[in-house]
Amino acid sequence: MAEKLHFSLVSPERELFSGPVDQVDAPGSEGDFGVLANHAPFMTALKEGAVRVHNNGTVKVYQVRGGFADVTPEGLTILAEHAVEAA
Amino acid sequence: MASVKEMRNRISAVKSTQKITKAMQMVAAAKLRRAQNAAQDSRPYAERMAAVIANLAAGVSGDGAPKLLVGTGASQRHLVVIATSDRGLAGGFNSSIVRAARARIDALLAEGKDVKIMTVGRKARDQLRRLHAQRLVETFEVGGNPSLAVAEEVSAKIQSMFAAGEIDVVTLFFSKFQSVVTQTPTAKQLIPAEVAAGSTPIDLKGASYEYEPDEETILAELLPRNITTQIFSAMLENQAGFFAAQMTAMDNATRNAGDMIASLTLQMNRARQAQITKELIEIISGAEAI
Repeated sequence: MAEKLHFSLVSPERELFSGPVDQVDAPGSEGDFGVLANHAPFMTALKEGAVRVHNNGTVKVYQVRGGFADVTPEGLTILAEHAVEAA
Repeated sequence: MASVKEMRNRISAVKSTQKITKAMQMVAAAKLRRAQNAAQDSRPYAERMAAVIANLAAGVSGDGAPKLLVGTGASQRHLVVIATSDRGLAGGFNSSIVRAARARIDALLAEGKDVKIMTVGRKARDQLRRLHAQRLVETFEVGGNPSLAVAEEVSAKIQSMFAAGEIDVVTLFFSKFQSVVTQTPTAKQLIPAEVAAGSTPIDLKGASYEYEPDEETILAELLPRNITTQIFSAMLENQAGFFAAQMTAMDNATRNAGDMIASLTLQMNRARQAQITKELIEIISGAEAI
């Protein structure tokens, strides 16, 4: 498998996810986007929706509301006011 | 000298007090661990938020900068937000926060500034009500565990006052949880936003940031959230500090009660022996007289 992306999802109460993943899809305010490893630095507001975390063929889905995505060379961080893991 | 019966009553009263303080100490210890974890869990979010804002603030300047970041340009009207706990019995925990806040308020008043006060937590209100009643604008209660909902309410109120042009500078007072034995009253400026000076900008390795929609829009959305986050984390720090202070205070109280029981028991035994001796003397002298 290709290089991994470091992804962390944090809400004010706690850190929901932190670790290396293959790909993350997030609902940007200007349209959905996917992030792979070595993505260009990028920052956007998120609209309400689902964040999909792809790792080793499995997909984890989190519902987020009121958030920001911040892509740096170190990885992707999503700051979400409300975030829950969808079943 | 008090009678043996009276002494016995006092000892049993102190014993039941000791039972209560002991129980409170244990409850505080258990709750402390939870509060400490909650405070720790909230740190990544606050830290990332501060880093992102520092990053953005470096790029935004001049007239386009949001007022929440750069302020109104004036510093005449201050709002002091004081966060304490709702309850007492925690030693000097609340008093030390209020004392720090009061020192600031007095300093501001001496400079001729207008000061408004907002309290989060019942104890702050109780302690300031007498002295600064006409400056209190709003009070909130923490109500059990700190919740984001309360922080949002406080934050919304601050922002509406700021938007209405009633205040220029907002400072938050709370107690920073450093360890179980140390909680430091801390002041933090909320508006204009304090940009973390120590945080180094993220190394982009030559690439430049892209913003969607654009820097100002993101910053304008982020700053109000940052205020909420700061209040929320202050509440969490307070909660952890409160239980730590309560645990220490109740531990002391339990030990004091123990000392008191020991000294009362000694007194009681002396009184009892004196009583017995007295009775014996009475009997013996009675027998001798016959």
